[in-house]
Amino acid sequence: MDWQAIGLSLRLALATTLVLQVVGMPLAWWVALSRRRWKFLVEAVVALPLVLPPTVLGFYVLIAIGPRSPVGALYARLTGGMLPFSFGGLLVASVLYSMPFTVQPMVAAFGGVDRKLLEASWCLGVSRAGTFRRVVIPLARSGLATAAILSFAHTVGEFGVVLMVGGNIDGVTRTVSISIYDQTQSLDYAGAWHTSLLLVGFSFVVLALTYSWQRRAWMLWPTH
Amino acid sequence: MAAPRVDAMADTLIAECRAAPPGGFRLDAALTLPLDLAPVTVLFGPSGAGKSSLLRLLAGLERPDAGRIVFRDRTWCDTARGVWLEPQQRRAGFVFQQYALFPHLTVERNVAFAAKGQATARMMERFGLTGLAERMPRAISGGEQQRVALARALAAEPDLLLLDEPLSALDAAARTRTRRELRGLLAGAGVPSIVVTHDRTEAIALADWMAVMVEGRILQTGPVREVFARPATAQVAEAVGVENILPAEIVSRAAGLLRLRVGSAAFECLDGGESGPVLASIRAEDVALTRDVASASTQRNRLAGVVRAISIEGPLARVEMDCGFPMVALVTAQSATDLNLLPGESLAAVVKTTSVHLIAAG
Repeated sequence: MDWQAIGLSLRLALATTLVLQVVGMPLAWWVALSRRRWKFLVEAVVALPLVLPPTVLGFYVLIAIGPRSPVGALYARLTGGMLPFSFGGLLVASVLYSMPFTVQPMVAAFGGVDRKLLEASWCLGVSRAGTFRRVVIPLARSGLATAAILSFAHTVGEFGVVLMVGGNIDGVTRTVSISIYDQTQSLDYAGAWHTSLLLVGFSFVVLALTYSWQRRAWMLWPTH
Repeated sequence: MAAPRVDAMADTLIAECRAAPPGGFRLDAALTLPLDLAPVTVLFGPSGAGKSSLLRLLAGLERPDAGRIVFRDRTWCDTARGVWLEPQQRRAGFVFQQYALFPHLTVERNVAFAAKGQATARMMERFGLTGLAERMPRAISGGEQQRVALARALAAEPDLLLLDEPLSALDAAARTRTRRELRGLLAGAGVPSIVVTHDRTEAIALADWMAVMVEGRILQTGPVREVFARPATAQVAEAVGVENILPAEIVSRAAGLLRLRVGSAAFECLDGGESGPVLASIRAEDVALTRDVASASTQRNRLAGVVRAISIEGPLARVEMDCGFPMVALVTAQSATDLNLLPGESLAAVVKTTSVHLIAAG
């Protein structure tokens, strides 16, 4: 079994999940509370990765972070490295690709917090940030856990985006799903069999845990 | 009775707000409350009058389209000058209709949520919550939840307390019990409070001062008994539940009394200096009934009429009469039985001179 690929996948999934918790939370909070008319546009953009072929997303990410793009140029000037075909590039692509799996459960969880509780806290003199920390997060914690678990699992399983953005560099960007593809191509059926079984078991355990935790884990936008 | 003071420097709350709350009347309310004269003010009016919206404007939970709110010497909101204080800066405690206790915190941690100094222990003690300290909000009764909400608000040491229909979440039995208790708690709270209610009994039981709100406007403000006894307009009279509002004409005045013509009957009432077209407001419970119809045409404050309908409401009977205009009398069910009232019968309604109040019509 390709333990290096498994380790890389786990590292990528962990990093993606952490970044998404930080980036996704304010976004989800905004979506849950905003009464702006064009909110549906933001919702649609966040949900795009659910329906786009991973190759399309991967292609655009590759162009966007390439050395000729402003982002890629800035990254090169700051770090001296390049984003495509590196762990950093994979991370950017994974964050975008798993965004709906973080934001949607968070929106559902935030939407379930009674607005009166926020107002009660504000009227008691507690700041908006303090209210978010002391009222919203504790009441939404099962939704936040769902968001983390789903994003982690989804990142472990991604294939197309990783192949497009990361290439297939042993120890750098070869994740477990690509490793299975390689094993199959080189007729190493026993290796592919074992690695696949590991992924199936892992995914099943994660989903079973999530569902036992919260029945509405896959709930879509609650405001629709 | 002391007249409401309108001195901006005094211990007052002034609110002049225009807003368009969704699904309600256009709000155009001007309210001045003398906080020193009135520890407890009731904001009274029918459902949908905009009472809760005004309370939310006071708390800073909604923004008015235009207007200003001045509490004592501090401006909370002034759209003309671009002044706006967030709810956090107003120090106005808010008790929500369903109490909005934090469901993930125990009773004690709810009270302690924003408590100043040793206030938690003091409030737990004063509101009798010490035995419930470790319970979760969903595991205590509605009356207890209300006490937790009050204790939580007061522990933050607010300058003003706002309560939105605080008794409506309780069942009928608890409501009666809690009403008495709440009056004591609010009167002893040490901060002025404004209570929204649409219930007459609640208003009388809780408040010193009363502001009547109808269709988004404050129509009358004053001591509770005065507002009930002397509604300033027909709309106020209707809102506070005076059943009989009769068009009347002043015939003459002498020795502090006014002679009125109400339909074909002669009435007498105390002279409050009214003139021009007036409405006579008479509460249904101040109307007595008698079978002595013969003298009705000659004696004052008597109206001959025909019984239209009788409905029994608990110990009381509501008798609707036609005296040339509709007239409602509220008598005990016993006296309705003794009089052997039946629809279609002729009867006389008798009203004491002091029970007739005049409202300027217009």
